Amino acid sequence: MNEPILEVNDLTMHYITRAGPVRAVEQVTFSIEKGDSMGLVGESGCGKTSVAATMMRLLPENGQILGGSINLGGKDLLQLNEEQMRAARWEKIAMVFQAAMNALNPVYKVGDQILEAMQTHDRVKSQPETRQYIASLFELVGLEPKMLDRYPHEYSGGMRQRAVIAMALSCQPDLIIADEPTTALDVIVQDNLLREMKALQQRLGMSMIYISHDIAVIAEVSDRIGVMYAGRLVELADAQEIFEHPLHPYTFGLMSAFPSIVGPKRELTTLPGEPPDLVNPPTGCRFHPRCPFATEICVEQVPEFRPLVDDHFVACHHPLETADEV
Amino acid sequence: MKYKPRDTNGAVVKGAGSNLTLMDDQHPLEPLVMISKLKKLFPITGGVFRSTKSYIHAVDGINLNIQRGESLALVGESGSGKTTVGKLLVRLLEPTQGEIHINIRGGQTDIAHLSGSELQHFRRHVQMIFQDPYESLNPRQTVFDTVAEPLAVQKLGSLIERESSVRELLNLVGLAPADRFMFRYPHELSGGQRQRVAIARALIVDPTFIVADEPTSMLDVSIRTGIMKLMQDLADRLGVTYLYITHDLAVARYMSNRLAVMYMGKIVEMGETEAVLQRPLHPYTKALLSAVPVPNPRAKREPPEIEGSIARPIDPKPICRFYDRCPLRAEVCEQNPHPPMEEKSPGRVVACYRV
Repeated sequence: MNEPILEVNDLTMHYITRAGPVRAVEQVTFSIEKGDSMGLVGESGCGKTSVAATMMRLLPENGQILGGSINLGGKDLLQLNEEQMRAARWEKIAMVFQAAMNALNPVYKVGDQILEAMQTHDRVKSQPETRQYIASLFELVGLEPKMLDRYPHEYSGGMRQRAVIAMALSCQPDLIIADEPTTALDVIVQDNLLREMKALQQRLGMSMIYISHDIAVIAEVSDRIGVMYAGRLVELADAQEIFEHPLHPYTFGLMSAFPSIVGPKRELTTLPGEPPDLVNPPTGCRFHPRCPFATEICVEQVPEFRPLVDDHFVACHHPLETADEV
Repeated sequence: MKYKPRDTNGAVVKGAGSNLTLMDDQHPLEPLVMISKLKKLFPITGGVFRSTKSYIHAVDGINLNIQRGESLALVGESGSGKTTVGKLLVRLLEPTQGEIHINIRGGQTDIAHLSGSELQHFRRHVQMIFQDPYESLNPRQTVFDTVAEPLAVQKLGSLIERESSVRELLNLVGLAPADRFMFRYPHELSGGQRQRVAIARALIVDPTFIVADEPTSMLDVSIRTGIMKLMQDLADRLGVTYLYITHDLAVARYMSNRLAVMYMGKIVEMGETEAVLQRPLHPYTKALLSAVPVPNPRAKREPPEIEGSIARPIDPKPICRFYDRCPLRAEVCEQNPHPPMEEKSPGRVVACYRV
């Protein structure tokens, strides 16, 4: 086993609102080995983007980190002061946001924006040299170097996403978080970009976290997959393992609800009900009101997130392959 | 007003809920919608006098029949013109050229240029469901007002009759008990519930034909299946004909029996959904299918044979729209106009010189 580059332990973050705390991230624990990619999948409001925002410490004012640790390359990000964190962002941990258009400033040339980001991190020795370096990043992500001197509106959606990836790479971070990096793109552009990101990750030996609601996208790029539901990580395992032997009823439900164009046309299942309100989440297991296997213990006790087989983690009182015995 | 299942000829079927086969021998396929040479150009203006410089050929001369009782999926990337086709069919847009014949109440009408009361009458038979249930509902109207509004516009039924119709429909679309939902506002509903309200609103005038534009793309996976099943169930029970517009081929697989693929304002391939997905013929359909991610980490896909992305069809060259990106392109493609739709195997039409 490789050394983990990132260890997130017991991470809890709530948004304080007038209606009460929104329990968006609750005791989330996972780790990533160096050079690996992890996919974080779940529906809207499950907390997957909040996990990323917490790791970047880019939370709105009402977002409060209540506990846990985020150990990246031997340092707990939560112990850093604001200044140290600002330095760590981009250099240790970078993020590719969902809306690439909003991540770029429309009135500056894209190349200058990347240069500025690097200047902020004292990564610029000489301007020409750095421009050369940024041009090489552009080539790496499949953009022509002449695009450096263009404005964001001159880019197509796919090109913008590539530019944002180049920017994330610019300070050579240990870990890149990509939040729905291809959601707004058409399928052929998406395919192209996912292939390149994967190749890039393997070539540079980077660690990646992909966040998406689309389990097909996650399946394509991830070595390990974590499934979130209502603020909690409910299952975590190697990609193939989780698809072939899902243990959590929610994971199973999510996968059987997902249509595919290959293989036999199987019946899609419907999960009854809707994800809960995180101000007043259900007691015990947050999935119990929608779970076909729920019993009394599920209402009363939060299931422990534990490894059931090897490094296949699940938080469920009645994990699927043992459900018959219940 | 009752929502009774109809057979393929539009007559009410006795014994609701029975297993209704929509296309059997007794009711041979009969086109409900016949589109010919349909065109929609959007002018691009510029310069001092805002003069028209060029046109976006959003829909560029398409021919298409939709059979009564079927679900036809129209798929394509953004900018392919699929949404424009949908808006033309419900006449939210007026075509630049071409005809749209719709068979309603025994008569055939060209609706391409209807206006005024004729247009309003037509809207009783054709409804649209939009993509975004957060924007398509008026935030100040209760569920009852929203669902009953088309009845008021069409001046159908008394208030009491409208109320019972709305109640019946809310139950039908799974918002039960209806009394719990009738007087709520959109902000009190979840995304899935809102889309159910939008579906109820489309159904209340008992339409023959529904255009659904990406009705599930804003919804989460666990909610989406419920809406997809509801729409299929309604098609079976009420005999509604659907045009289902989507960018998602996997969703199209479940929601349609026939599939039409659009590229830059043209239909490039059309056939039975399963057959097209298993054996695509047009090089663009092939590329599109090979780019769809598969929810199985074991699956290894070959990269699609094309690169780049779909261009905006601004005064496109008169040759095949796919020429620039096509792996099969040859001289014949460059020297001839955009290829016509030809039947390459039973029920499969393709617009390509090289297939």
